[in-house]
Parts: sequence; C-alpha cells; structure tokens
Amino acid sequence: MTAEVALKNLTMNFGPQHPAAHGVLRLVLEMDGEVVERADPHIGLLHRGTEKLIEYKTYTQALPYFDRLDYVSPMNQEHAFALAVEKLLGIAPPPRAQAIRVLYAEIGRILNHILNITTFALDVGAMTPLLWGFEEREKLMEFYERACGARLHANYFRPGGVASDLPPKLVDDIRAWTGRFPKIIDDIESLLTDNRIFKQRTVDIGRATAEEALAWGFSGPMLRGSGLPWDLRKAQPYDGYESYDFDVPVGRNGDCYDRYLCRMEEMRQSLRIMVQALDVVARTPGPVKTDDKKITPPSRGEMKRSMEALIHHFKLYTEGYHVPAGETYTAVEAPKGEFGVYLVSDGTNKPYRCKIRAPGFAFLQAMEFLGKGHMLADVVAIIGSMDIVFGEIDR
Amino acid sequence: MNQVLKEIGEHVASALPDDVVRVEQRLGELMVTVNAGSVVRVLSFLRDDSQCEFKVLVDVCGVDWPQRERRFDVVYNLLSVKLNQRIRVKLEADESTPVPTATGVFPSAGWYEREAWDLYGIMFSDHPDLRRLLTDYGFEGHPLRKDFPLTGHVEVRYDDELKRVVYEPVKLTQDFRRFDFLSPWEGMNRLLPGDEKAAPPPAAAPRS
Repeated sequence: MTAEVALKNLTMNFGPQHPAAHGVLRLVLEMDGEVVERADPHIGLLHRGTEKLIEYKTYTQALPYFDRLDYVSPMNQEHAFALAVEKLLGIAPPPRAQAIRVLYAEIGRILNHILNITTFALDVGAMTPLLWGFEEREKLMEFYERACGARLHANYFRPGGVASDLPPKLVDDIRAWTGRFPKIIDDIESLLTDNRIFKQRTVDIGRATAEEALAWGFSGPMLRGSGLPWDLRKAQPYDGYESYDFDVPVGRNGDCYDRYLCRMEEMRQSLRIMVQALDVVARTPGPVKTDDKKITPPSRGEMKRSMEALIHHFKLYTEGYHVPAGETYTAVEAPKGEFGVYLVSDGTNKPYRCKIRAPGFAFLQAMEFLGKGHMLADVVAIIGSMDIVFGEIDR
Repeated sequence: MNQVLKEIGEHVASALPDDVVRVEQRLGELMVTVNAGSVVRVLSFLRDDSQCEFKVLVDVCGVDWPQRERRFDVVYNLLSVKLNQRIRVKLEADESTPVPTATGVFPSAGWYEREAWDLYGIMFSDHPDLRRLLTDYGFEGHPLRKDFPLTGHVEVRYDDELKRVVYEPVKLTQDFRRFDFLSPWEGMNRLLPGDEKAAPPPAAAPRS
C-alpha cells in the first residue's frame, strides 16, 4: 500500500536579527529539506534615505554621510565622493594630501578585511581570529582617531585634500605598526588557511565563474576570487596609485575559500602600499588642501588675523561652495569592491542627485544564484564571504 | 577629448542610428542618450559587440527633473573590463510609460530596476519581480522624487497599549529649516567685482 505524501517546501526566515546575517538582512529561504531552493533577500531595514538627505545638504555637509554607509571602512567611501566633487570642480589635491589619502584608504582596506575575515571565520566556527584581529582593528582605529579625531565617522577626506595634516609622530607609529602586523596575518592564516573545518565549509561553496561574476556586477575580491585581475587602483588609478608598487591577488575557483585567500593577500599588499605611502608622506612636506580659498576653509589661526579668511570661512560654512553643472560617475576600489558615486550637479551649492553605487548591493542580489542548491549552513558561509555591510546596501 | 571614447561613441552611433539620439563626452566620460524603447537593443549591442564589450552593468539609477514633461532620466553605467572604459547610457521616461527591462541582458539589472521603481516610480516592463526594495513593507509614494517631502508622510512608534508599531502622520515639533544661501550675486563667482577692469578692454565700449 502506498500513501501519496505531498511534500511542501519549507519557507523560512533567516534574520533580520541573526548574528550571521551581518546586520539586518531578512532572507526568505525556500527549503527542500536542508537544500536551498530559492533565496529572497529582503533589504532596506537600515534604509536611512542617505541619497535624499544629501540632496538637501551642501557638498561639505554631504561628506559625513559617506562614513555611515560602509561603516567598516569609512574613509574609502569619502574618497569616492571627494574624487567626484573634485572632478566636477576641476581641481586636484596636493601631493601630500594624495599620499595621506592613499595611506588611509589602505588602512581602511585592512580594517575592512580584518573584520570580514574574522567574522567570516566566526560564522563557520572559528572564534580565535576574531579576538586577534579586533585587537589590530582597535589600533588602526586609533590611527584614524589621531588623524581626524574620530574612530569611525572620520569626515577626513575632503574635496581638495584632507581635513588636516597628520600630527607629528603618527607617521612613525604607523610605520612601527606595519612592521608588527605581518606577524598577526601569519598567525590568523595559520589558524584558517589549512584548517580542515574551515576548508570543508568554504571550498567549492558559492562558486561563480568570471563571466558570471561580471554579469552579476561583482567587483573587488568577489571578482578577483573568480580569477579576473581587475582592480581599479591598477586599471583606472586615482590619487597617484599608479606610482605605488603592489600586486593584485587573484583566485582560481571563485568560491568562498578563494575570496578569503584574496582578502588575506590584499592585506599584505595594502601593507606594502602603506609603507610606500608613509615614505611619500615623510618626504613630501607641503599643504594638505588645495590652495583655492573658495573651496577649502582657512586655518583657525589665519581666521583670527585675516578678514578675508573670516569671510571665506563664513561663506564656506553657510553657503558652501558652488559646483559647476555637470555629471560624473567616479568610482574607487573600496575594500569590498567598486564603490561609485554618480553625482549630478546643477551648479548650486547642493548636489542635485547623488547615487551611491555600493558593491555589496550587487553581491547580495546574487544570493539566490550563489546559494541555490547549497545547504542552509552554506548560506551562512556565502553571506560571510560576500562581505556585506548593510550601511552601504540599504543606504 | 579622449580618442578611444570618441571612437566607441562614433561606432555606437553609426551601428544604431535609429536608437541613439545623442553621443557626447563631458569631463572625459562618454554618454549616449537613447530612445526609451530601444534600450535593450543598445545594451545588448554594447555588451556583445567586439569593439565595446561592456560586460558589466555597474549601476542603474533614476534622476528626477520635475519641470520636464518626461520627468525621469534613467541612467545605466556600464564598464568594459576588456577595454578598461566606461560608458553611460541615458534615456528619458515618464511616470506612466514603462521602460523595457534590462534584466534579460544583465541579470544584475534586477535589483537596480527594483530600486528605481521603489524610489522614483519608474516602471519597467517585463521585469520578473518588480517589487519594492528599500522602503518599508506597505510604503506609499516614491521617496526620491523631488516633490516628496524630506520628512516623509508617516512616522512610526511602538504603541504600548496596542502592543504593536503604529503609523501616524509626521508631526514636527519644529519646522524643517531650509536656508536659502543662494545669493543673488552668484556667491562663488571667481571674477571679483572690479577685476574685469584689470583685463584690457576688448573694444572701445560706448560710454554713457
């Protein structure tokens, strides 16, 4: 006797309050047993209307919103906006400012990769890397703090340069840190790279070929993990990246493990860039802002003595500067991938439209493509390897 | 004027004369304006043609120009990894006429178009799943339109008696302050008043 049993797929909610969801991701999964049939990410739970708010703010006031997008590597976001505004204004930052930006962009990259690698490891069961890595993150955030006064919301890269010069001794302290950090990378790597459990959880999980990765709009380590050596710092260099010597690591299989390996190697390469940038900073004295007084504010001391500077200060902090009408799409190689700003200016002191192109948005969109046919536990590994932060996805 | 971009632009314009309205280059960026109906053909051409190979759809977004008859711009940013070039495809749309979806050409267009629908109310025909993306469940209106107020229409709070979140019309204790700093003298005019006299006069101006 046979009884016909209709098996219904189970629909389950993953998140929005789940530690492995890396924020507020609500993932509606349709499961056939333990195999994922359909994955429908519901995003927007952290939507703050950044793009709308920016339209109501002057260019100076709009910049801090970029710290709050990908709050794991704030300055890299600012970098994109600063470059976009500079492009519309037709100005370039002085060499010292460029070197400081490169230095801090790479610090941001290491900040981001430490967080991603260690929380990824935590998601698949390894706790120690998190504890080791976060100690280093703390030190890096101190470098942030010493440069701009804030650990996270930096507001440091401004159109036309950086907000202020580095304090004395900071360069030496960062240099000393770059000497110590490779040991930490080695330690973390010794815990993960040949770890059997880690490899079982990540190798061959969430594979994407180079063509698929391109079609889904991947960038950064997600694209390089699939074997495509595409890095905007090399391909479309900005702020003098062409003069730095570094390599672009690529993966071979496009799975979670290769993405992890790429990020690991990128940290070492970032260290190389940092050392070179420190040399450039040390041997390039000079201003850290463009000398166009209509765009960058005067120093406080100058303001006390010069009427002209006082007027400039007043005008810059009330009206702001006007940006010539035009539009630009400017992108930087943020730690997660291509972070772009599509900025439309109508010639006034406020952006007419500022579309933020976040790399994680494209990654999360491919969740169903990457996760289909995998087990539920693999979804966690895939989310971890995508390096998603909801600040930038939901905006 | 970038020569490579110029050649790409000319190539696109000559291959698709009926679809391309205008090709221009500004700030070193190539921009192609197309008819709304032919966006799929243009995007497929840009992706597949051997001289273009724009395989990555980086971004799709809307721009609102309420004073225009067709008020929206839909902007597609594409990237060619092979040529190391970018191109921007632009078209005009209005609130009622749907734009053909690009999901058939680039799978990554799916969420970008959902976002444009959500935030601007730009419709995309044949989109497999045109739901709202970023706003709340049951949200009404399209928040990035220029006529949508910055504060929105509703606010939420947890009601202790009903034991659930309730929606109420926005009440501001203080008016939203928006200062008009745009001076009638074009605040940031680089040419200071009086400086123009320093330059030699172009011709003998009639004095009155």
